[in-house]
Amino acid sequence: MTPPTAHARGWLTAFLGIARRETLRFVNQRGRFLAALVRPLVWLFIFAAGFRAVLGLSITPPYQTYVLYEVYVTPGLVAMIQLFNGMQSSLSMVYDRETGAMRTLLVSPFPRWFLLGSKLIAGVIVSIIQVFTFLAIAYWWGIRPPVWGYVAVIPALILSGLMLGAMGLFLSSAIRQLENFAGVMNFVIFPMFFASSALYPLWRMRESSPLLYDICRFNPFTHAVELIRFALYLRVEWTSLAVVLGCLAGFFGAAVFMYDPQKGLWARRKGGPA
Amino acid sequence: MTAPALQIDNVSHSFGAVQALKDVSLTVPQGGFTALLGVNGAGKTTLFSLITRLYNNRSGTIRVGGHDLRREPSRALARLGVVFQSRAMDADLTIRQNLIYHASLHGIPGRLARPRIDTVLAQVDLADRADARVTALSGGQSRRAEIARALIHRPDLLLLDEATVGLDVKSRAEVLALTRRLIARDGVSALWATHIMDEIDPADDLVILHRGAVLRHGPARDIAGAQGLTRAFLDLTGVAP
Repeated sequence: MTPPTAHARGWLTAFLGIARRETLRFVNQRGRFLAALVRPLVWLFIFAAGFRAVLGLSITPPYQTYVLYEVYVTPGLVAMIQLFNGMQSSLSMVYDRETGAMRTLLVSPFPRWFLLGSKLIAGVIVSIIQVFTFLAIAYWWGIRPPVWGYVAVIPALILSGLMLGAMGLFLSSAIRQLENFAGVMNFVIFPMFFASSALYPLWRMRESSPLLYDICRFNPFTHAVELIRFALYLRVEWTSLAVVLGCLAGFFGAAVFMYDPQKGLWARRKGGPA
Repeated sequence: MTAPALQIDNVSHSFGAVQALKDVSLTVPQGGFTALLGVNGAGKTTLFSLITRLYNNRSGTIRVGGHDLRREPSRALARLGVVFQSRAMDADLTIRQNLIYHASLHGIPGRLARPRIDTVLAQVDLADRADARVTALSGGQSRRAEIARALIHRPDLLLLDEATVGLDVKSRAEVLALTRRLIARDGVSALWATHIMDEIDPADDLVILHRGAVLRHGPARDIAGAQGLTRAFLDLTGVAP
């Protein structure tokens, strides 16, 4: 019997199967799609409208003129969609582990790095669908980056989505039960989102607290936001690109390590991996 | 000479200070049905987790169809079909969607998987439930769907971990009869973990596992002797099955 790993078609079939399953689950859970969309839209329609009058924004790259607060906050909300999607993937991994569906994946003849990578990419595809739906509504609301920005942002979305998804994968390996996920919300998602440049420029943060400014600067989510912001305006923020790539490699490597029965931590724990 | 479907040599496993398996060795012949009998906590699920590579096997060797699980994991895992003790199908999907997904995890594309799905669902008598959600199935149907999932990539060896747990008597008998049919007709081998004596036929190859160690391995008829299997098990383990 030739193992499916012996030919390229087998790998492609496995990837497409995992992507199809993620998409089917997403389609079956319409509430998840709505929630993913409503969250940033509430921020855009209500929060941004309220803060427009309060927050003054100077001209900072990539913007060449003064911009409305809604325009500034849009890339941050795009990254927010990807952050929540990454955590949703993490949640679904924990759910799969609790219900037993994870074992079907892990006993596949394909290596775990490939299985986890496929799941990650599938999650990013879903997040990009959500992002473009959001950007379409934002366009209707008057937030109109350059037309080519919608194309240029795709590689940035892929990288930032992969980084945030990999972070979610890593977290899922450490979370034993769904109930513990509230801790992730409190200790990961909210601090990452608020201590970033998603809602306010970092120079504003420096004015109020140099320490907080440094925290924001070292927050990988800040770099995901800036990568998206610059790409949307047809520019590359090289530092952010490097940080996102580095964090992607780090988080994914850690996730693969944790899920690998030969090396990972949870194989040593009573109760086992799946 | 054909390699055994499964060969386990001197496998031990610990969870911290707790030794779950002690120097376990056993063989499942090609086309054979081996029953792994033990009370809850005997180490059956740990052994299955090692065979399926959910746990890391650090001592001893496990070979599936002659392929060392550590050295050739892909070749070994491709030969295994696993029915877990608890549900392993995605509750959000239908049986057919689950089977297509599982087939893809073994590199089988949809165009090849679809006719196979029709065949295996007919084998497990679920052809009319193919498009039902997993959550809509009864306990017996759910177990049969799990067997169909385990068969879709045409494995040489079926691992069934307490496959009848939680089923009523009739469903239990159906699942066991189905497994035996598959062995007789298709030449599949099976390692059937159970704690229920009634599921063991006198002609079966039997392994008694207790507190992580193999106490006896041989034909059930020989192990049972004149006193019967229940009495023999009690004498060996000091525990009523």
